[in-house]
Parts: sequence; C-alpha cells; structure tokens
Amino acid sequence: GQSHTFFLLLICVVSPVKGEAVSQHGHSSNITGIPIISFKWHHVETPYLVAFWVLVSFLGKLVIEANHHVTSVIPESALLICFGFILGGMIWAADKVQTFRLTPTVFFFYLLPQVILDAGYHMPNKLFFTNLGGILVHAVIGTCWNAASLGLSLWGCQMGGAMGDLDIGLLQYLLFGSLMAAVDPVAVIAVFEQVHVNDVLFIMVFGESLLNDGVTVVLFNVFDAFVSLGGPKIDAAEIIKGIVSFFVVAFGGSLVGLVFGLLISLLTRCTKNIQIIEPGFIFVLGYLSYLTAEMLSLSAILSIVFCGMCCQKYINANMDENSVQTVRYAMKAFANGSETIIFVFLGISAIDKVIWVWNTGFILLTLLFVLVYRFIGVFFLTWILNRYRLVPLEFVDQVIMSYGGLRGAVAYGLAVMLDENKIKEKNLMVCTTLIVVYFTVILQGITMKPLVMWLKVKRAAVTEVSLLEKLTNKMFNHTLVAIEDISGQIGHNYMRSKWKYFEENWMSWILMKPSARKKQDQVFDVFHQLNLKDAMEYVTEGERRGSLEFVRNENSIIDFKKKSESESFDINNANMSNDHGAMSTTSRDPIPSVSLEMHEQIMKAVREAEAINAHHLLDQHLYKSRKQHRHRFSRSHFDINRDEKEVQEIFQRTMRNRLKSFTSAKMGVKPPKTIVKHTQKEQQQKPMKILSRSFLGSEGDSASGYDQSYMRATYRAGAGIENPAFMPDLDPMDLLQIPPWLGESELDSSMVALSHRAQVDLPRTPSNLRRLAPLRISTRSTDSFTLENIPDTQSATPITDNIYAWF
Amino acid sequence: MGALQSSPGRPEYSDLAEKTGFSFEQIGVLHKRFKQLSHNEETLRRDHFNEIDDLAFNPIRAQIIEAFFDRRNFHQNGEGKVQEIGFEEFVVVMSHFRPPSAHMTEEQRGKTRREKLRFLFNMHDTDNDGIITLEEYRHVVEELLSRSGTLEKETAKCIADAAMLEVASISVGHMEPDEFYEGITFEHFLKLLERFEIESRMIIRFLNMDTTTLCK
Repeated sequence: GQSHTFFLLLICVVSPVKGEAVSQHGHSSNITGIPIISFKWHHVETPYLVAFWVLVSFLGKLVIEANHHVTSVIPESALLICFGFILGGMIWAADKVQTFRLTPTVFFFYLLPQVILDAGYHMPNKLFFTNLGGILVHAVIGTCWNAASLGLSLWGCQMGGAMGDLDIGLLQYLLFGSLMAAVDPVAVIAVFEQVHVNDVLFIMVFGESLLNDGVTVVLFNVFDAFVSLGGPKIDAAEIIKGIVSFFVVAFGGSLVGLVFGLLISLLTRCTKNIQIIEPGFIFVLGYLSYLTAEMLSLSAILSIVFCGMCCQKYINANMDENSVQTVRYAMKAFANGSETIIFVFLGISAIDKVIWVWNTGFILLTLLFVLVYRFIGVFFLTWILNRYRLVPLEFVDQVIMSYGGLRGAVAYGLAVMLDENKIKEKNLMVCTTLIVVYFTVILQGITMKPLVMWLKVKRAAVTEVSLLEKLTNKMFNHTLVAIEDISGQIGHNYMRSKWKYFEENWMSWILMKPSARKKQDQVFDVFHQLNLKDAMEYVTEGERRGSLEFVRNENSIIDFKKKSESESFDINNANMSNDHGAMSTTSRDPIPSVSLEMHEQIMKAVREAEAINAHHLLDQHLYKSRKQHRHRFSRSHFDINRDEKEVQEIFQRTMRNRLKSFTSAKMGVKPPKTIVKHTQKEQQQKPMKILSRSFLGSEGDSASGYDQSYMRATYRAGAGIENPAFMPDLDPMDLLQIPPWLGESELDSSMVALSHRAQVDLPRTPSNLRRLAPLRISTRSTDSFTLENIPDTQSATPITDNIYAWF
Repeated sequence: MGALQSSPGRPEYSDLAEKTGFSFEQIGVLHKRFKQLSHNEETLRRDHFNEIDDLAFNPIRAQIIEAFFDRRNFHQNGEGKVQEIGFEEFVVVMSHFRPPSAHMTEEQRGKTRREKLRFLFNMHDTDNDGIITLEEYRHVVEELLSRSGTLEKETAKCIADAAMLEVASISVGHMEPDEFYEGITFEHFLKLLERFEIESRMIIRFLNMDTTTLCK
C-alpha cells in the first residue's frame, strides 16, 4: 500500500512537472497584477531534478533494505537495478520518451569519483602492495587479453556469418572489446561486500578493478583514435605511440594522485585551527586530483586511488579524531549514495526504445566470450604467477576471481561515449553492454554467495586480534628481516624494511605532526583500544553503581569506535598493519555522560597511562559531558580548555603501584591490609579470574622482586580502589590506595562515588571485556547489568576492575 | 652465476640436504655466506654476527643472534647455549625458514608449524624452562618496542603486562583466587597463535643466485 502511493505520487509529480516547464514562458510577458504566489519551475528545474532523483534513489534503497531476507539472497545492487527498471518504465509510460538517463558526464564527473576515493582511502595498503605484482599482471595483461580476445573473436564470428549483417569493422570490434574488458570497481564492491571472501582474493579482484582503468583508458582512446584515423593510417609508429601512451597515462595518473595525496597530508599538518572544515580538504583535493588527471588525459581513477591510498595514513594521524570520523562517515555516505544512484540509473537507462537494437548473435556471443575469456585469462595468468608467489592462489580462489570479473557502469559510460557517426552500430553496442552489465551484476551477483559457500572458499577472518598476536607478529617481521640480513638475501622483507625505514624517518617527519608521530604504532593501537574499552566500562559501571551522583545527559551519543567498520566495506585485515584493533560495533545508544569532575579525573588518568594525548582521544570518544555543550557559540571552536598539567605525578604513582602489585604478588607477599572495614566481604567473593592488584604494596617491595615471575591470581580484600567519599575515615592522603581520579583533588559529595561493591572488587582480566562489550551495546538499560551479574551483593563486578588494570 | 659452480656431490652436503631439506644449490649459497661471515674460519661466533651492518637497526638483534647459538634450535634435543657454531648448525637454524616443499602431508605441515613456532618460542623463553614468564616476555617486548624509539620502556612494559593478562584469561579461563598463572607454555603459545599463518610467512626465499656479492 505504501509503495503504491509512493509510485503514484511519483508519476503525478513527474508528469505535470514536465508539463509546466513548457508553459512557463507564457507568463512573463503579460503581468496583469501582482502575483501572490507563482510557480517558477524553470527557475529551479535543474537542481530540483537532481535533488529529486537523489531522493528517489535513496528511497528506493530504503524500500529495498527493509527486508534483510531478500537482500541476503539478492545483492542490493541487483535490486536497485530492478527498481530502476520500474522507475524507467513509469517515466516511459508518462513521457513516451526516456528523459532520464545515466549520461557519461554525470557519471564520470559526479558519481564515480567519490566511490573511487572511498575505495582508495579505505584500501588496506599493506595487503595491496604485497600482492601488487599479481594485481598488476591481471590488470594490465588480463585486460589486454580480454579486450583483444573479445574483439577478435567477435570479428571472427562476424566473418563467419554468425551475426547476420552488421557494419562493424575490425577496429570497431577492438574498440568494443576494450570497453567491455574492464572489470568494474563499483560492481565488485557491491557484490563482494556481502560475501566476505578472504583478504587476498578480495584484494586481487578489487585491486585489479581499480588498476585496470589505466589500461582501459589507453585502449579505449587508442582504438577510438584508430577508428577515426581509419585502417590504412595505422602503422608501426602509431602502435608504438599507443604503447608509450599506456605508460604515460598509467604512471602519470598515479603520479598526479600521489602529488595530491602528499599535498593533503601536508595540509592536514597545519590545519589545527580550522578543524571544522578539515575534512573538506580531503574531498576537494581528492576531486581535484581526479579532474586534474582527466584534464591531462591521464587515468583519473588511478589518480584518485593513489591519492586516497597515499594520504590515508597521514590524515588519520594528523587530524583530530572528530575530523577523522567525519571524513570516514562522509566518504562512506557519498560513496554509498553514488553507488545507489548509479545502479538505479543503470536500470532506468535500459527502458529506452532508442537503444534497443537486438541482434541475438552479437549479444549472446559477447556474453559467452566475456565469460569464457575471463576464465581462461585468469587461470593462465595465475598459473604463471603461482610459480613466483610464496603463497600460491588456490584453485577455488581462481574460480571466484574469474567469476568475479564483473562489468559495470564504467563500461556502459564508455559505450555511451562512442561517436555514432563513426560507429554506426553504437546502439547495438550500448544495448549489448547493458545486457552484459545486467547479467554480471544481477545473475553473477546473486549466484556469487552460493558459489562461494559451495566451493568452500576461505572467508575473511572476523575475530579480533589479540595483543599477543600483534606483538608476535611484530617480532616475527623483525626476525624475518634479520634472517634475510644474515643470509645475505635481498628479499621481500629487506625491501619492506628499507621502505619502512625511509618512511618512518623521512616521510613521516615531513608529513606528520610531531605529536602524531609518537602515536604511530599498531601494537600500541590495540593496547589503546583495550584501554578505551576498559575506561568506558569503568564509567558505565561507575554510573550504574554510583548512579545517583552522575549527571545524566541523555542527549549525548558516545561513539566508542575509534575506527569505524562500516558494513558496506569491511575488510578485516588479518595482517596486522592496518588493523584498527577491531573494537566492537558502534554503540549508538545514548550513554549518559559522566559528571564533569569525574570526567576530568578520568581524562587525566587515562592520558598518563599512555603517556601521550590519549585524553584527547577519550575526550572525543567517551565523554561528552554537559560542559562541552555549554561551549561558546562559535563555528570553529569546540574544545574546552583542559589543564594539562598536574597529571603526571598522580599517574606515575598509580603506575608504580600497579606494577608493584605484580611484584608483591610474585613475592607471594600478602599486602598489608590497611583498610579494615571490609574484611567481611572477602570471604564471599565469587571466584574471579583476576590478577592481583594490590595497590597497597609498599615502596620497599619494588624492583628487587623481579626474579619470581608468578602472576598470582588472587583477590585481596580491601586492596581495591578505596574511595574516600565512601570511607570518610580513611586518610584521603593515602594516595597509594586511591585511584588518581578520585584522589587528591577536592572530593565533594557531588562527585561520583563508587559503590561499596566497587571498592571491594578487584580488577578482572580482559576476558570480561569480551563479555561486557556486547552487553554494553544492548539497548537495555544499564540496570540490566544486575541481571547479568549474580544477584549477590558480594559477587564480583567486572567492570571497575578492568580499568584498574590499566591505570 | 656462482651458485651453479658449487661443488656437486659433496658428501656433507648430501647429509645436510637430507637433514634440512635444502637443495644442494641452496646449501652452496649458504656455505658461501657462512664463509663470508666467518672470514673463512670454521666457526661463527657472536661477534661475527655483530659485524653485519643492517642487523644493527633491528630491535631484536640480540634475541635473533642468540637463537643461532641456542642448542634447542639445533634439532638434537640439546639445551643451553654454545659459544660458536659450525656450518651445520648454521644451516639447521636457517632451515626453520625454508619454504615448504610442494607436497606436504597434513602431518608434515603440522610438524613444520610446530618447529617454526618452537623457534619463536625459544626466542622468548631464554631460561629454557619451557615457560615464557612475565619477566621474559617483558624483556622481549621492551626490546621490541622501545628500541625503535617510538615508545618508552614504561609503556612497553604495560603492553607486555596487558598481553600477559590477555593470555592468562584466554588460556586458563576461570581461575580460583589461589591460582597462579605462571607463564605461557608452549602449548598455550601454539593455541594462541593458531590463526597465525606461520607456515606461509616464516619463509625466506633462498634465491638461486649468488647474492653474497650484491649485499655485503
């Protein structure tokens, strides 16, 4: 019912709108009185239509995504195309002519760039460069093979008479072949995003789809020129020029992209004062790199891809967290939006009588050849590649690679760009291209997932990487380099370590802010993630228990993810480099914010724990306290002054204490219980997996005890965080027992106070993080935590404890 | 190409080849390198390794060099350290990094994996008690992270602690208040690094080219 009305509405709007446009002229010449309101369609026609179509496409996506059962079987792109068919049908019915089509200009200039920029920006660089050889082979040689074989075969078939009477010469066939040859990045993303195949396979197909633009552009332009020149004029010189132009186009495009990428990185180094529009630079410069390459007739896609790839690391390091998030989300929004529009219009464009020239032979043969030659090409090239690869590509992976050679809007765009004066059968070609695109996107898209499952292709790893794995990986890489050095081999690792050295010492120095450089360590990343998780759970738990003291601000939404993993493009990189320490999915629940004082204390604490401006990160991620909303109305300033001093001392002390806890544990020494009050609680403690955190170790215990390395899993009563607010008779100056955020500064009753339980419990190990993290995301109220925990006041609460582990 | 001139059919080569799985050519290349490193002496000592320039930049240089002198890596069930090694031991240690042969049974693959992981484990477990204790792990992590200058020792220590905590919680799970977590045993290590594709990554491509003339 709902969709019906929507469609009717659509028709109603479209038709009279078109009608009005014509009659507008009449009005201006004879005004008889002052018009109170007038309908100025012409005035707003273009932007209105644009906005309208964007709206329609998005609404289509809304309708499609309403039911997940459907989208899990049929990829969204296929459904969007069908939606486009329906729309096209309606417009056709209304107008008898297809007024809306996907024009090459709109496609290449306004729709494609953001998709590619998004792809480049989120590209897993390490994975890409490791497999670069294979990707290049497939992109260059594979595409040339596809083009040549398709063109020649079709020509051969025409000679053989299989296609009836067609006026297409060999050169035109080759031109057609070159536009059909390219694997399309938009289609690949759209189909593969549901399937989550393993990283290497994905990067091979995806990388190929991006890099083959270099070849496609060249081939298309060269053959287009040849077609114009005509057969006889083609001699060796022209062919050589064609080959040279390939190198120029490909490398030139990449170079332009690199230059722009470096430019962006340099800029973000200086944009501290205009953080609000920082993200704008990325988009504008990315787009400019695309246009610049296009202007110089180089490969625009290569340009924007390399721009994105080059700048990603530096941007993420230099920019403010908010800006990084903004860029990420905005890019995803634009890319996704563009994709939607592209597919809808691909559907609409089909309903156009003008282009429908049917030639069974041509179309079917094209389809057949496209598929068959793809398989042949991939298998042959991979066979060669496997001889040089350390980890050969498996057979099933190759099958998926071949099957995943999808054609898409790029091919259609190129086809529409053909000159019909030179190429008589342009409409046939356009029609065929559309059919091939539909076949690959719809049919191959639908069957891809079942095929992947049937062949038992290795899927992407989705689990989090543990700290141990990261550390071991790091160690491992260094070991490999060392062995290469020792054995005197110049290997992959040697190169990589040289590059890393160069990059760390030269490029980072120029392109990154000094403060950012210190943070660059992926192991640290994971550590940091764990810290954040803990901190956030601490806050939650604190809120739950000391809840009355907290000031709640229901409106603040705290996003705990440092690096977002959007559903549409999730390459969970099992290789450690770009691993963003996979925190759990975005928590979009409104989380009550912490009161200000607590906020500041925690800020200080966390900052010191990591010895860098971690507070900055936490600040932006966790705590949007009321004060922040009270900032002065300014378009550019959001920060609140934080006093950066004072923290050092408090924190160092806590760190020392924490480590002492290990010592005293190792010594097997029972730390003295200076808090007498809560001894009764210790007996009834539910057994917990914790490591001792006796914060009561005395100074004397230190350093010497490092020979006994036991981590004593034990619980010491009263050894938790003592909160003076609850135990007024405790000497508040006994800093050894008080966590930094509760100690030293003025504690008044309005402060957050930990419940009794919180003081008595000890930190738990991070495993509880895993249990808790999903809980946190639930939309149940925080009170539900009590349901999860044993309803026993003595039972251990995990959350607070974890925090102490880090602080 | 120098490698092709390596003396064919040397008896000790065939022994080594069988033992380690290297080809004659590869052993020849390694022998040349050995001689280069040891200045044509019969044995290698630690200071010979210290002479390799590129190695100086490596944060875990010490551990790696020690690995060459660690009897546990000689596949003879020995223990402890030696002061100098001969060519045979050199090749045996290098064989941990050999690319796998084309056809390996599941069992062979498992065995290779264990060997390689054992090599890594030994690098951590310096006192050879079969357990990577907190102290040992801290030491390794500190070297690994703070040597490269980006992190301070304190932070590296925290990271090591955090890693151990994680390991403890994963491996042991629920622990009674009185239980100890002593350290990472080899079995734990294996389990934790299950996903780590060590067989395909812990490989040095031994080129059939005499590169000893190319890099010093």
